[in-house]
Amino acid sequence: MANPFEYNGSAVVGMIGSGCVAIAADRRLGIQGQTIATTFDKIYPMNESLYIGFYGLATDALTVSSRLKYQLNLYQLRENRQIKPKAFMHMTSNLLYSKRFGYYFVEPVIAGLDPVTKDPYIATMDLIGCPMETKDFVVVGTCSEQLYGMCESLWKPDLEPEDLFETISQALMNAVDRDALSGWGAIVHVIEKDKVTTRTLKARMD
Amino acid sequence: MADGTARVKGGFSFELCKRNEMLKKAGMKFPQPKKTGTTIAGIVFKDGVILGADTRATEGTVIADKNCAKIHYISKNIYCCGAGTAADTEYTTETISSDIELHRLSTGRKPRVATACRLLKQYLYRYQGHIGAYLVLGGVDTTGPHLFTVHAHGSTDKLPYVTMGSGSLAAMAVFESHYTPNMGVEEGKKLVRDAIAGGIFNDLGSGSNVDLCVITADGVDYIRPYDVANVKGERVGDYTYKRGTTAVLDTTVRHFEIVSERVQSTESMET
Amino acid sequence: MEDYRAPVEVQWSPYSWNGGTVLAVSGEDFSVIASDTRLSEGFQIYSRDFPKTYQLGDNVVLGSCGFQGDVTTLNKVIEAQLKIYDHIYQKKMSCESLAQLLSTILYTRRFFPYYTYNILAGLDSKGKGCVFSFDPIGSYEREVYRAGGSASSMLQPLLDNQIGLLNQTGVEKKPLSVEKAVQLVTDVFTSAAERDIYTGDGIRINIISADGVDIKEVPLRRD
Repeated sequence: MANPFEYNGSAVVGMIGSGCVAIAADRRLGIQGQTIATTFDKIYPMNESLYIGFYGLATDALTVSSRLKYQLNLYQLRENRQIKPKAFMHMTSNLLYSKRFGYYFVEPVIAGLDPVTKDPYIATMDLIGCPMETKDFVVVGTCSEQLYGMCESLWKPDLEPEDLFETISQALMNAVDRDALSGWGAIVHVIEKDKVTTRTLKARMD
Repeated sequence: MADGTARVKGGFSFELCKRNEMLKKAGMKFPQPKKTGTTIAGIVFKDGVILGADTRATEGTVIADKNCAKIHYISKNIYCCGAGTAADTEYTTETISSDIELHRLSTGRKPRVATACRLLKQYLYRYQGHIGAYLVLGGVDTTGPHLFTVHAHGSTDKLPYVTMGSGSLAAMAVFESHYTPNMGVEEGKKLVRDAIAGGIFNDLGSGSNVDLCVITADGVDYIRPYDVANVKGERVGDYTYKRGTTAVLDTTVRHFEIVSERVQSTESMET
Repeated sequence: MEDYRAPVEVQWSPYSWNGGTVLAVSGEDFSVIASDTRLSEGFQIYSRDFPKTYQLGDNVVLGSCGFQGDVTTLNKVIEAQLKIYDHIYQKKMSCESLAQLLSTILYTRRFFPYYTYNILAGLDSKGKGCVFSFDPIGSYEREVYRAGGSASSMLQPLLDNQIGLLNQTGVEKKPLSVEKAVQLVTDVFTSAAERDIYTGDGIRINIISADGVDIKEVPLRRD
């Protein structure tokens, strides 16, 4: 049997632009080589301007996302305010590291805007929750090498929301086309301070 | 916590071990947590200690982070460099940092490096090497400057100059040929930089910049980066797409209506 | 208890992996083939000035990486065959014939292969730019562009996008110029050096035209 990370196949990217962030993922759900669904969403909204996407075993992604949503709801009720992306990143990291010796097979990408300052924020972590925050882009997926190659060449600072959309979409689509386990459509969320634009892309379906 | 309704109390949860063991038996190949190929080093000099680290984090042969911080805070007068499993170095130092802070509050004394070292080794020994943290611990307390290395199995060394990580041999080569006792600050900083640079250039697991942390009785000087050993390559061409290049199937826009806005200033908690 | 089983015989391991990336792009009347100049194994750098491109004729260059021992041997075998060809037919071998020859040589070692990833670039017998890519046991194909070696999966999607113009709507396909090809090659290597530990130190770019082979060298990160 395969590696649990290559069981369902996925690709998720996060990118920072000027006053905005984008998070994008492919839409395939497979069981190794067999495609089960082409409308499977890997990005979960946590609040209006905070999203989390998962790479890895789909069943664990669903469990982790609902556990996080549950913890987040309690946090927001207790504190009576929206969570900061950084605090949410620590919440995720703590959950994953608490399972250090029997882990979930997921690597998340977190993208959002700070609820107060509106600063863009992206982060990722490995399967046991080692956080990594960057100021440009983060990638995870069965085609992470392809994504690194694309993002490293395409990304530049201070992209406007529209340009950020083009850049992240092209990075994702061309990367998944060189991977057998991900692709079959893509979804892109561009988060700005007054709106979130969600687009589904016309991509190769093979 | 098994039913997911109780609040997380802390400590490790082993609820998935049985499932993962089952998957392993079914023939699943297991992924490994992110390990950092690293060069970390430290020296004792005339007025204290200097810690140094590179800033590369790798996932196999791919560079995952080009500018990560490997010198972790323990207390105001103690810092700790980490190599090995990235998450373990992060959380081990964080745990010991909070233990040290609680100890400081209950004793009312400035933390000692030996205390941090003992806490670290006891914590790591308890996990028999399964927590893969390889550390260089340094600081200045009432008894003077101290420098330790802590291995994942719980053994420790106390030495005037130390290195760890995949680039440790390259860095140690520099120390062995140039270290002298009672060095000045600038001389010491340059030596640690050269040692880390040795790792950066000659070990493929280490790279990018040099971070330094100079700890003396007067305070801490955390210099990040101390030296940008490698500048990012400049692109020649422009890869901006014309808007509308990507074909879109459908678009939905969710606007937020700001009903009211209130700005509250808060004072930071006294620590 | 599986960790405590009786010791097993150590497997004979005749190969090693010395890293390196090769990239070739063909245009109307030229082709460009480049490689990085780092030779490494494990976490060690063996050389910072070791290009993996080998000129085999007036306008044909082979890019070859993988296990350096096999690369060197393979080159010796090809050169010997080229010399024999030259003596028999009194002419230089064409790029297409060379590609077929390489395929045959690789397949002779079907069950103990040369551990090499090869890309051949040059001008075909009509003077058009051509690129041939090979797998280690001799399956080959003529292509417009191809990346091979350690960072190939980082480079290939960008070439698909920038040269193949895949996933872009409303762009007109212009013939690729030498300048654009060299610029693209430089940029993708710069990007690969940022993320792949086995790619770095420098790039050797071979620009192949009817006039011969022009060489350009560009420095990369050295960490």
